[in-house]
Amino acid sequence: MSATIDVQRLAAASRRRRARERVMTHAALILGVMIFALPIWITLIGSTHDTDTIGRGDVPLLPGSEAFNNYARAWSEGGGGRNTFSVPASTMLLNSLTMALIIAGGKIAISLLSAFAVVFFAFPFRMFFFWMIFITLMLPVEVRIIPTFQVMTDLALINTMTGLTLPLIASATATLLFRQFFLTIPDEYVEAAKVDGAGPMRFFKDVVLPLSVTSMAALFVIQFIYGWNQYLWPLLMVSDRDLETVIVGLTKMIGIGDAQNEWNLIMTTAVFALLPPVLVVVLMQRWFIKGLTETEK
Amino acid sequence: MRKKVIFRGVTLPYLLLAPQLLITLVFFFWPAGMAVWQSTLREDAFGLSTEFVAFENFTDLFRDPIYLNAAWNTVVFSSAVTALALGSALFLAVQADKHIRGARVYKTLLIWPYAVAPALAAVLWLFIFHPSIGLVGKALAVIGVEWDFRLNGGQAMTMVIIAAAWKQVSYNFIFFLAGLQSIPTSVLEAAAIDGARPIRRFWTVIFPLLSPTAFFLLVVNLVYAFFDTFGVIHALTRGGPGNATETLIYKVYVDGVQNLNFGSSAAQSVILMVIVIGLTAVQFRFIERRVHY
Repeated sequence: MSATIDVQRLAAASRRRRARERVMTHAALILGVMIFALPIWITLIGSTHDTDTIGRGDVPLLPGSEAFNNYARAWSEGGGGRNTFSVPASTMLLNSLTMALIIAGGKIAISLLSAFAVVFFAFPFRMFFFWMIFITLMLPVEVRIIPTFQVMTDLALINTMTGLTLPLIASATATLLFRQFFLTIPDEYVEAAKVDGAGPMRFFKDVVLPLSVTSMAALFVIQFIYGWNQYLWPLLMVSDRDLETVIVGLTKMIGIGDAQNEWNLIMTTAVFALLPPVLVVVLMQRWFIKGLTETEK
Repeated sequence: MRKKVIFRGVTLPYLLLAPQLLITLVFFFWPAGMAVWQSTLREDAFGLSTEFVAFENFTDLFRDPIYLNAAWNTVVFSSAVTALALGSALFLAVQADKHIRGARVYKTLLIWPYAVAPALAAVLWLFIFHPSIGLVGKALAVIGVEWDFRLNGGQAMTMVIIAAAWKQVSYNFIFFLAGLQSIPTSVLEAAAIDGARPIRRFWTVIFPLLSPTAFFLLVVNLVYAFFDTFGVIHALTRGGPGNATETLIYKVYVDGVQNLNFGSSAAQSVILMVIVIGLTAVQFRFIERRVHY
């Protein structure tokens, strides 16, 4: 008799414990999500008020009525620091988009070609060239700022879209990823192509490219974000405000004397700068996770 | 590993490699070589003459208290960012790995900050911690904290650490979650049957199995904190107040671009290259082992 009661009591206790654990798990995750969302919420709210409301330090927590004005002004005129030249957000966004697309597309194109050469051909110094590409991983722009800037000056590439993108197109990670993937293509495919009398470029176009679509999509997401988020390089390369990119342009809007800042327009521009890469990650989530976990191996 | 069946031809593969190699040579190897060469030179104050000084730029750096301060800042900043970003990501990943309702939604809501540029993360946190317009900045003033990260070095360092770590959590989260999901359920069930409670189960079973992921992330986070956080510091503090948030990367920029001290900036570049080479070598050695693991 007493044994059954014990069993029931134990079962009830363990149920309660599990329910408690579940509540704790949700609470922890919601807290985490809120810490991530808080800065975005503040920024979104800020972008719907007028300059004075924010400048007074009222810190609004609910949307205001100026959203349309702010977004329209930031898009077509720009603003921010009242004593600086303003660049319309539309110009900066177009520059960022062009830069990100050229970098992502360029990296994928030249890495496909070089990985194809390294995997499917035998030629002198094959591994030497492969290591040469690999070593670029160890030479990020940040550690060789001045000499790279001097090279760009010598080549007259300062203040050009070519200068902004070309040096960032070399990609050891993309080459490594494609090489790994190409090594998994069965030898029989190559043999079959040879029997059919197809040359290497025909094989590349008809077999390798279609098989690589998934890897290309995954890499595109990662490299698009990489390109969009460039900071130091555009800061060095561009002084012409027609070529301003949105991440650098945004930080330039924040002046030294904070009383003069048009915080509402700065926050509006921050939303503009944030949206494209976040959308890419959220909408292409599956490719994004694949790209991230595979390029980093 | 290599293919048994390959195409013949010598010119074609070189043509295919040419674009990548050209960019690599012109924009990577040439400037890196110049950095090494310039690090042994010194220009006079007017830029009129240059003399060869061998290692003097390096020995000067190691005697310079401002450089040593930047090195110390880098150590504090990188270890704090790494610890904060790894710790909170591991905690969140363990929660999100449990069988709960809405796990997918939580996951999406936790990974998007990966897409935020470090400099943009800095601007977002500025809106919150700004002493006169920020939510937290003003709240701190109300409870009596003299909060102004533009004047107080410690507070400035706290800000850049928070902004830099916040952005990196989602990256770590994705890898920890993938690591957790690859642990076979049979192992976990066995531990549960043996009567191990959840916390004990985590430290004795799950954590050891996650350690390869954790080590890999440790290196990646250090590289991130060293080299990719220039934007955070430039957008938030410009290395200030004083030199309180000046890291090694930031100092290369200041000495080269603003102070036009090319010899010293080149020497600093060379030191940083040695650090990246070291970290990358550790990362790849370890990955070789992880493959066989």
